[in-house]
Amino acid sequence: MAVKSYIDAVRDTLMDEMRRDPRVFVMGEDVGKRGGVFRATMGLIEEFGEERVIDTPLAESAIVGVGIGSALAGLRPVAEIQFADFIWPAMNQIISEAARLRYRSNGDWTVPLVIRAPYGGGVHGGLYHSQSVEAHFYHSPGLKIVMPSTPYDVAGLLRAAIRDEDPVMFLEHKRLYRLIKGEVPDDDYVLPIGKAEVKRQGADLTVISYGLALHFCLEAADVLAQEGISAHVIDLRSIKPLDRETILEGVRKTGKVLIVHEDNKFGGVGAEVSAMIAEEALFDLDAPIARLAGPEIPAMPYAPNLERFYMLSPEKVADAMRKLAAF
Amino acid sequence: MDHRAAGLTDGEALATYRWMLLTRRLEERLALLQRSGAFPLALSSRGHEAAQIGAALAFQPKLDWWYPYYRDLGAVLVAGSTLLDLMLSSFGKATDPASGGRQTAYNWGDRRLNIVARSAPVAVQVPQAAGSALALRRQGSRAVVYCSLGDGATSQGDFHEGLNFAALHRAPVVYICQNNQWAISVPFGRQTAGGSVAQRAAGYGMPGITVDGTDPFAVGAAAREAVDRARRGLGPSLLELRVARLDSHTSDDDQRQYRSQEDLGEAAARDPLPAARGYLRREDLLPDDLERQWEVDILSELDGAERRAREAPDAVP
Repeated sequence: MAVKSYIDAVRDTLMDEMRRDPRVFVMGEDVGKRGGVFRATMGLIEEFGEERVIDTPLAESAIVGVGIGSALAGLRPVAEIQFADFIWPAMNQIISEAARLRYRSNGDWTVPLVIRAPYGGGVHGGLYHSQSVEAHFYHSPGLKIVMPSTPYDVAGLLRAAIRDEDPVMFLEHKRLYRLIKGEVPDDDYVLPIGKAEVKRQGADLTVISYGLALHFCLEAADVLAQEGISAHVIDLRSIKPLDRETILEGVRKTGKVLIVHEDNKFGGVGAEVSAMIAEEALFDLDAPIARLAGPEIPAMPYAPNLERFYMLSPEKVADAMRKLAAF
Repeated sequence: MDHRAAGLTDGEALATYRWMLLTRRLEERLALLQRSGAFPLALSSRGHEAAQIGAALAFQPKLDWWYPYYRDLGAVLVAGSTLLDLMLSSFGKATDPASGGRQTAYNWGDRRLNIVARSAPVAVQVPQAAGSALALRRQGSRAVVYCSLGDGATSQGDFHEGLNFAALHRAPVVYICQNNQWAISVPFGRQTAGGSVAQRAAGYGMPGITVDGTDPFAVGAAAREAVDRARRGLGPSLLELRVARLDSHTSDDDQRQYRSQEDLGEAAARDPLPAARGYLRREDLLPDDLERQWEVDILSELDGAERRAREAPDAVP
C-alpha cells in the first residue's frame, strides 16, 4: 500500500479514472501544461492530450456550463474551479442548472458532473484564497457535497463522485494538500457518498467535524485523553447527504455534542447538524449542543496574527472540548 | 427571398409555410385556453414563425441536439414535439414529456428528441450548448447543436463566455438569436450597445450574420450554411434573425403600456404569416383547396390534442 499526500491522491485518482473510463475528462484554468496551480492535474495532459485535459478560459460560469452540457451529452466531466473563492460566477449554472436538471426533467436528464474546488485557509491567502464555500451550496437540493479529510477518503470518494449520475461538489481543503499523508490502497475501492466515519471511539463527548478542522479535533482528542477525557470523533466526509445514523449514534453514546468547522457559524453546516440532533435526539443530550466555528467576519484576513485569529487550531478545539466535558 | 434562390423546391417551400401555420394555430389555441382559465401562462411566438421554422428546418431531428429558448415553439415542433406533448406541458400533466408538470410550459425538453430540458434563466444554455457540441463530436457523432436565445439574453455574461468557449474549440453549434427588439419592456436600443447582435461574433472569430427573420427562405439559407459549416468541423456561427414581436412578452404582460401605437402597427405589418402566404399565392403554389384542407386538418389535430391533454392524468409529486 502506498503512502500518498492528499494532492497525490487527487491526481492519481483522476488518472486512474481517466484510464478506466474514456468518458472522463478534466477541465479548468491551468489544468493543462501547468498541471493545475496546486498540481492536481500534473501529468494528465501528457497522457491524455488536450481533448481530455482542457485548459479553459478564465470564466467559471462557462467552465460549469460547458461541463453540464458535456455531461448531458454523455461524458463525465471533472471541472476544476481553481479556488473555491472564485466559484460565485458559476453559481447560476450550479444551482439553477446542474442541481435542478434531474428534477425539472422528471428524471429524464442527469448531470454526472464533478466540480472540484480547493477551499479553506491557513495558507496566508487572505480574503480571496481562503474561503469556505460549502454553506452556500448546502441549502440546495440536487447537489451532493463531499469534503474529505484524508488521502484514503479522497481516492475513494473522488471515484464515487466521478461515477455518480448526479452533480457532486468535491471540496478539497487546500491546507491539507501537502500537510497530510496517508495510506491509499492501489485497488479500485469506492467509498459511499453520504457516509461518515468514526475516527475515534470515546465516551465523554462527541465531536463532529470535517476537512482540516477534523485533524485539529483528533489532535485535541489526544491531548484530552491525557487529561482523562474521552472523545468520540466523527468525520462527516460528506456534508450532503448527511449521515444521520452515525451522527445520532454518536450523540446517544456520549450525550454531549461539539460541532467544529472552519466556515463561519451562522447558517453553517453545524446549524443543520445541531437542528437535526435537536429534532431527533434532544432527550439524549446532557448538555446544550456546542459549536466552534469561524468568526462572523466577511472572510479570512491576511496578516499572520489576524489569520490565526480567524483559523481554528487544536488548542481552540481542546478548550471547547474541555468546556463541554465539564458541563 | 425567392425560395428557389434559397435552394428550396416548391414542395419544401410549401412545407415551410405549413410548419409556420401549425405554429401559429397552436399558439393561438394556447393563448385562447389561457384566457379561458385552462392554465395560467401563455407565451406568444407570433411574429417569430418564419425565423423559427426557417432555422429549425436546417437541422436534422433526432440526430441534432436542441437548446430552444422559451419563445421557440416552432423549433420545438420541428424537432419532433407533438401538439399533444405541448398541450400536456401547458396543462401540467403527468405525461408532459418535458417535466411531468414540474416546470411551467415553454420550458421545453424531451430526452427522446435531444431537446435539453431548459430553464428560465436566460443565456445559461449558451455554454451548455457548447459543452454538448464538444461532447457529441468527441463521441464521433455528426450532430450539430441548435441553440436559440432572445436579444435580451445577449446582455448576459454566459452569452459571451459561451461564444468564446465554442469558438475556441470550434464547437459544432449554431447560435440563433431571434431579435424582436424587446426584452420585455426595454427596447433593443436601451439594452444592447452597438446596435447589432451579429457583430458580436466578429470578436470571437466566428461568422455573425444578420437576416430578415420574417423571410423563412432567407433564414433557411443562412441556417443551412451555418449548420453545414458546423457539421464540416469549421465551428460555430451566430445568426441574428430580425423579427417583430406581435404580442406582449407573456400573458402576464401588456405591451400597450410601453409600446406606441405606431410601433405596434409597424410590428403588425411585419407579420411573417401573411407575407409567406402572399408569396406562395403569387407564385401559384398554394391553391385554395390545399389551404382549406390544412386549416381543417390542423383544427382537428388541435382539438384532438386538447381533448387528450385534458383527459390525461394529473402530475404526481
